[in-house]
Amino acid sequence: MSWLTNVVRPRIQKVFRSNKETPENLWHKCPACGEMIFHRDLEAALKVCPQCGYHMRLTAKERLASIFDGGEYKTVPLPAVPLDPLKFRDQKKYPDRLKEARSKTGMEDAVLVATGNVEGVEAVVAVQDFAFMGGSLGMAAGEAIVRSAEVAIEKHVPLIMVAAAGGARMQEAILALMQMPRTTVAVQMLREAGVPYIVVLTDPTTGGVLASYAMLGDIQIAEKGALIGFSGRRVIEQTIREKLPEGYQLAEFQLERGTVDMVVHRHQLKETLGRVIRLLTHRPKAGAIVPFARVQATR
Amino acid sequence: MHTYLDFEKSIAELEGKIQELKALATQGAQQGSSVNMQDEIGRLEQKVGQQLKETYAALTPWQKVQVARHPARPHFVNYVGKLIEDFTPLAGDRAFADDPAILGGLGRFRGRSVMVIGHEKGWDTQSRIAHNFGLGKPDGYRKAVRLMSLAERFNIPVITLVDTAGAYPGREGEERAQAEAIARSTDRCLSLGVPLIAVIIGEGGSGGAVGLAAGSRVLMLEHSIYSVISPEGAASILWRDSAKSQDAATAMKITAQSLYEYGVIDRIIPEPVGGAHREPDNIIRVTGDAIDEELRDLEKLDAATIRKQRREKFLAIGRSG
Repeated sequence: MSWLTNVVRPRIQKVFRSNKETPENLWHKCPACGEMIFHRDLEAALKVCPQCGYHMRLTAKERLASIFDGGEYKTVPLPAVPLDPLKFRDQKKYPDRLKEARSKTGMEDAVLVATGNVEGVEAVVAVQDFAFMGGSLGMAAGEAIVRSAEVAIEKHVPLIMVAAAGGARMQEAILALMQMPRTTVAVQMLREAGVPYIVVLTDPTTGGVLASYAMLGDIQIAEKGALIGFSGRRVIEQTIREKLPEGYQLAEFQLERGTVDMVVHRHQLKETLGRVIRLLTHRPKAGAIVPFARVQATR
Repeated sequence: MHTYLDFEKSIAELEGKIQELKALATQGAQQGSSVNMQDEIGRLEQKVGQQLKETYAALTPWQKVQVARHPARPHFVNYVGKLIEDFTPLAGDRAFADDPAILGGLGRFRGRSVMVIGHEKGWDTQSRIAHNFGLGKPDGYRKAVRLMSLAERFNIPVITLVDTAGAYPGREGEERAQAEAIARSTDRCLSLGVPLIAVIIGEGGSGGAVGLAAGSRVLMLEHSIYSVISPEGAASILWRDSAKSQDAATAMKITAQSLYEYGVIDRIIPEPVGGAHREPDNIIRVTGDAIDEELRDLEKLDAATIRKQRREKFLAIGRSG
């Protein structure tokens, strides 16, 4: 890429290049304040608008890179699940919807699981990607979550669950609903093994996902501005026949209501996670100089 | 007055005719008439019986939705009234309120102490409103957690009767962490060291049902339904057309027969001909027998085995399939 793309402001750039030559995705418009943000600046800011602080959604890979030290991690192979046992068809066949989601996201299903270091502490991180059929919880995601718990227990390291989903995957109907008890069993296994389970609720986390593993964390963190709720806004408004106030069900609202322990800005998320898991596992401060004898003792 | 479902038109007509003939017969007898209508009545009754049998043997998923929601279908208080002696209702979540949509209490079931918890939809307009149509709020699920823990402490088995369209999607529920309350209730079901028999007696609607239905055994009445979302909800989201409820009901495989096939439920309880609402005493007794049988099986096991079996059962769902 030429030095021009980095230095020259957009308006001047237009003079140099025709619109066609400028790939549209070089500049991103903040959906909240309308600010135009250069893609590299946006990446560096972990997709937080430098102008207004709006948190845009991350892909699962971006999220993993933002949490693990140096962006380095190893993905965990996930179990295969039966394809479309219900032979579900709405306006489209379910396998076609899956194919579409796969080619759009490059993911097999909605959840990625990886291992690596978070602020110097080994951890397992499971991430749900909203771009994959709304992050929905189906058999594959359920198995991924069960697997993430098993790996965390085998390694005896914390599990960090970054949730984002509309809810259960309707095309898997009852088999999706059954992921609520199944993932709850996974949380119970963690609890019994004494492995910390930290949940990060990101935008949006709703429905059956929130009503199972996503609300059962030892520590509940909500990312700034995330929509968090059981029922959708429209459904509530139809039920009570009134308009809900602005900011209803956002992370800050849930903090006020006592649903989560804290609301964290994305730029502080990694540090917060590191601190929390260090405290829960009796480890010294990140980067602290520890007498040799204590290092031996903690091993 | 019997409520007929839309697919029961010809049955309604026949039964109407029988009523008329019976009225005429009594009238005739009073006036000393010798016209015998018993033969005709008998013939019609046989015909109705045949039609009911055929119709109910071949209900479509959408028809089952209607049967599961039939206003005269027996519900929580009917089952408790007939099956549980010394029923002692227990109220409140000790934090906020008592939720009238989820009832529970101690009682005696065929000799043994049990804890019974379930959704109550109500039986007429007034009671339906009083019980919020069986739509549970966080306080209800927190009460359920409290009662399950109480039962476990005294080694008392738990019976849950599931009958809800779903958890209440209103503002107060949302503001008291509805999702957390359901998650904790499911969690408690799954960690109980005593047997939990869940029976889906009508509608098993989404997370609001799961919160009480994660049992050692999950039983379902023949024409009950159990689903991730109501057919109406699925139709409006997936088809963007709320008139597609019938298609949604079919596609989602919500019937006891399908769910048994997928290993989601453990047993189907057969309903009397024409559905549970035609013979409430019959279905309640048969359901009691089924619960009793399952309990006898589980009562021999120790707490660790009960927990382990329940967990393994849920982990196995969908894996073979």
